[in-house]
Amino acid sequence: MSILVYTESENGKFKKASFELATYAKAIADKTGKEVTALTINNDNPSEIGGYGVSKTLDVKNDQLDKFNAEVYANVISQAAKKVDADVVVISQTANACYLAPMLAVDLEAGYASNAVEVPETDNGFTVKRTAFTNKAFNHTDISSDVKLVGLSTNAFGAEKNEVDVSHEEFSPELSDDLFKVNVEEVDKNTDKVSIADAEIVVSGGRGLKDPKNWHLVEDLADTLGAATACSKPVSDMGWRSHEEHVGQTGKPVASNLYIAIGISGAIQHLAGISASKNKVVINNDPEAPFFKAADYGVVGDAFEVIPELTKKLKEFQAKNN
Amino acid sequence: MLKICYIRKKHKISNMKILVCISHVPDTTSKINFVDDNTKFDTNGVQFVINPNDEFGLTRAMWLKDQLQATVDVVTVGKKECEPTMRKALAIGADNGIRIDAQAIDGYQVAQEIAHVAKEGAYDLIIAGRESIDYNGGMVPGMLAKMLGYGFVNKCVQMDIENDTAKITREMDGGKEKLSAKLPLVIGGQKGLVEESDLKIPNMRGIMMARKKPLNVKEPQNPQHKTETKTFEKPAPKGEVKMVDAENLDELIDLLHNEAKVI
Repeated sequence: MSILVYTESENGKFKKASFELATYAKAIADKTGKEVTALTINNDNPSEIGGYGVSKTLDVKNDQLDKFNAEVYANVISQAAKKVDADVVVISQTANACYLAPMLAVDLEAGYASNAVEVPETDNGFTVKRTAFTNKAFNHTDISSDVKLVGLSTNAFGAEKNEVDVSHEEFSPELSDDLFKVNVEEVDKNTDKVSIADAEIVVSGGRGLKDPKNWHLVEDLADTLGAATACSKPVSDMGWRSHEEHVGQTGKPVASNLYIAIGISGAIQHLAGISASKNKVVINNDPEAPFFKAADYGVVGDAFEVIPELTKKLKEFQAKNN
Repeated sequence: MLKICYIRKKHKISNMKILVCISHVPDTTSKINFVDDNTKFDTNGVQFVINPNDEFGLTRAMWLKDQLQATVDVVTVGKKECEPTMRKALAIGADNGIRIDAQAIDGYQVAQEIAHVAKEGAYDLIIAGRESIDYNGGMVPGMLAKMLGYGFVNKCVQMDIENDTAKITREMDGGKEKLSAKLPLVIGGQKGLVEESDLKIPNMRGIMMARKKPLNVKEPQNPQHKTETKTFEKPAPKGEVKMVDAENLDELIDLLHNEAKVI
């Protein structure tokens, strides 16, 4: 028996989530006396994942897998799981992994626990602690099927170096035509911008910024920090910013290390969506804004004065520390 | 043992049939509490609504109904308490309601129950929210597609039907992707499929008509679930916020650097 990790690659390189995932799988393996096998797809340097506790990789190279196709990828993972006789399969919670997960679960007849935040309890069954009610609570979910599929929440566990000897094996799954029901026609990715899902830091603006013209304040601060930009629901509903930036319960979740909210009052739905962020800074001119109760650090002040000043001071700080 | 049908029939769309899956969930403003030793969600004082991700799909289905003379059925897996939510879906304009009379335990079981109904109904398009806002499992649409042998696109933010083909835009991390797929198809809906301001709100006539529309109660197949919630837990209370004077932003930078260690 082993634990299979589905690692995601982009342009031949591991995505950051893969290292966190490998670390998590190794923690489960150590608890259950198993080994970790990583599946790589069109990755140029699979040995890199060995630095995170993986003892074996199954490496797939196939032009038909150049573009992500959820049903095809799900089937490749299930073939890999069967090959190494995996009884636990772990995946990340990127948009692509969330997309393929339910199909993979059916392929493997596996119970699936998404949004996991801790190593499962395995003393008495297999119980996964996961977030529910959009981060307003956790639930402890028992998986009773033979094969268990676990989706690890982004940034919930952290990556940790752990050099082990790693062996590599080429793997050529069969790709039947029937798996290609959906055709990917065009991929439109912002390559020059950090995405909210990948970002360590997210800077978010709300109605307090008064006008879309003022967004350069948010963008300047984000650029200084190498951060992604985001916005509250009203801002996206009014069309000030595109939907892709809307974070909250019905928008995107944020699980960054630092979340800076500017001019956002902190409606319960917004707080739910961003609560997985590790540190929250709230800047608002209203000292009564409910967001302060959910913040780690707060500044009461006018965004139009505080933000340029903060950006300037951060630049000075960076110049001094580099 | 689950039988998966991989045979794909030739598709001709004349009278398009759409199935919208509805989850009955606590309103987004609900206070989340638990009772019975943290084993049950406390429904006391909680208002239940159509899952927002499903609601975007339902409105999109209404547009297809007008545009392509489609029939739209709505389905849910749940006990009698879900009926007001289903009546609301009928008031918005769905033609028929189906309630599979079982307690929903996990996504696998719910998907199997719906797959059974979907097979009988031979739907061309099935729309389900990308996730419910209570359990956030994100399972039902993808599982349903795989069980039925249909194509699946998750997180759809745009969809148009041309003859027997759907042209879809899906959201991914840091961008978008355009896809196409032949019907029958399952999609995971969310905001963007229609805008928030486009959401159909039931009017008086719709509410009156909904009373007369069929809401069929079906016996469940009772498939085995694979996961089950044992207990719930509320997050630990947060520490006090540290306030920093707007005139002293160096202190904020110092805290972020030395205490939070994030810059």
